[in-house]
Amino acid sequence: MTEHNVRNFNINFGPQHPAAHGVLRLVLELDGEIVERVDPHIGLLHRGTEKLIETKTYLQAIPYFDRLDYVAPMNQEHAFALAVEKLTGTEVPIRGQLIRVLYSEIGRILSHLLNVTTQAMDVGALTPPLWGFEEREKLMVFYERACGARMHSAYFRPGGVHQDLPHELVEDIGKWIDPFLKTVDDIDELLTGNRIFKQRNVDIGVVKLDDAWAWGFSGVMVRGSGAAWDLRRSQPYECYSDMEFDIPIGKNGDCFDRYLIRMIEMRESAKIMRQCVNRLLGDAKVGPVSSMDGKIVPPKRGEMKRSMEALIHHFKLYTEGYHVPAGEVYAAVEAPKGEFGVYLVSDGSNKPYRCKIRAPGYAHLQAMDFLCRGHQLADVSAVLGSLDIVFGEVDR
Amino acid sequence: MSEALNELASYLRETRSQLISDAAINYGELTLTTTAANLIELLTFLRDDVQCAFINFVDVCGVDWPQRPDRFDVVYHLLSPRQNLRVRIKVATGEGEPVPSATSVFPGADWFEREAYDMYGILFTGHPDLRRILTDYGFEGHPLRKDFPVTGFVEVRYDDEAKRVVYEPVELKQEFRNFDFLSPWEGTEYVLPGDEKAKAR
Repeated sequence: MTEHNVRNFNINFGPQHPAAHGVLRLVLELDGEIVERVDPHIGLLHRGTEKLIETKTYLQAIPYFDRLDYVAPMNQEHAFALAVEKLTGTEVPIRGQLIRVLYSEIGRILSHLLNVTTQAMDVGALTPPLWGFEEREKLMVFYERACGARMHSAYFRPGGVHQDLPHELVEDIGKWIDPFLKTVDDIDELLTGNRIFKQRNVDIGVVKLDDAWAWGFSGVMVRGSGAAWDLRRSQPYECYSDMEFDIPIGKNGDCFDRYLIRMIEMRESAKIMRQCVNRLLGDAKVGPVSSMDGKIVPPKRGEMKRSMEALIHHFKLYTEGYHVPAGEVYAAVEAPKGEFGVYLVSDGSNKPYRCKIRAPGYAHLQAMDFLCRGHQLADVSAVLGSLDIVFGEVDR
Repeated sequence: MSEALNELASYLRETRSQLISDAAINYGELTLTTTAANLIELLTFLRDDVQCAFINFVDVCGVDWPQRPDRFDVVYHLLSPRQNLRVRIKVATGEGEPVPSATSVFPGADWFEREAYDMYGILFTGHPDLRRILTDYGFEGHPLRKDFPVTGFVEVRYDDEAKRVVYEPVELKQEFRNFDFLSPWEGTEYVLPGDEKAKAR
């Protein structure tokens, strides 16, 4: 028998691989088809967001958050707005809270639709993205009608939201929910029982709950492993404690469970949206959408024409900005991808001294080596898809 | 929630007073201050103790205070899903003074510590693979330090003759504009041009 010189094989996955979900470069060490080691190289989309935020006033920092997880922009702004509100002690009126919750859930559906359908594409199905993206487009129109931009909305501001919603928009969102649930059912029918989809996802990338906590996982990644942990329930912010919704949890902690959870969460989000729509057209039909404190929230245009005080506030807020009391806070929201946190250090001036962005995708991606070791090469893209990675937030 | 935090703070002060130098609650959040030498013991205690159970690792980051002798703060955030509480642990460290790595306690600390090293140059002893993570291959300097300019030092472009990307010193067509909007009536520290005339006489 001839002697073969057997050696491991190193390959580059990305940075331009379509299943890399952006600009990820994975250096894979393979033994045949088996993955021996994964070394993710990230930072190709690093824009220095945290440094830039340190040079801007608190209000100017908001748009940077849209550019983190650009699949669900408003959820990121939410965390920053909550952090500033915690430091300044600002209260958001109920109508503002409902609008925030409504748009956070729209963001969750945007993100889950993208993730579920592109994961299906990663493992070989082409139809789900076509169906899902149609609904995403409608949701982005709702974004546009609220703030004027499809993606980079800058809509959640410290103290509330930027502008009130017209009633027609709220009604249209209400009318969108039922056809959307039909689309979710269609995608469900296409994927959940599908043999190929199951072959590619069941028992792949299994995470035990203890490991999930220790690796810093959050969101769907811990719920898939069996923890009933959702910040909207366990540490409620805004008016989530008044909302009725269920938290789905998985049993096996594999890619398929995570897919199922995302499907159920979309339906739960639709449920929350319906409650918000009903209240926005019912008991909270009128009322302020942002705090009435003129030191934080700029005045309305009409007010500025009549009130000297409002004019001064407007001028001061758009030049100097507001001063935030010195201190440090950590505010987290249940973003679609997991716990999105902002650690804000203020020195009492009009600019953040330090703003650390804790992105869920960053903690999830670092476990790639742990998750993929011993799997087949083809499973890497399935695992990556179920982690729900967006490079805007990983690289910051 | 703050009641449970108060309880936790007094419990920690009683049982592990040698490990923590301060335990303060501000804005409804508990901050423990400790030293680099006690850090690993404290993290292990917080993870394993039944009354704490801070098993979820949330974040590590650096904060730069250039005017202090120990210029960096290393800030850890932990979450206890069972107690539904969060805790923050702060360690002050100087330039070139390493902090023990938390990777032995929480594997999830890996990339966060690499990021703190990349952005601030904070060293972590015992880290398995302390490389740069977010910046470019071969990057020099630590961009989030307060003395690092926002515009950076080098810029990259593709050189068509050399057929590769080249690095050149950054050249700004316009000076970086950092407008100062702080109110001069509310006690700024600098002297405005013309102010010296007021004192002359």
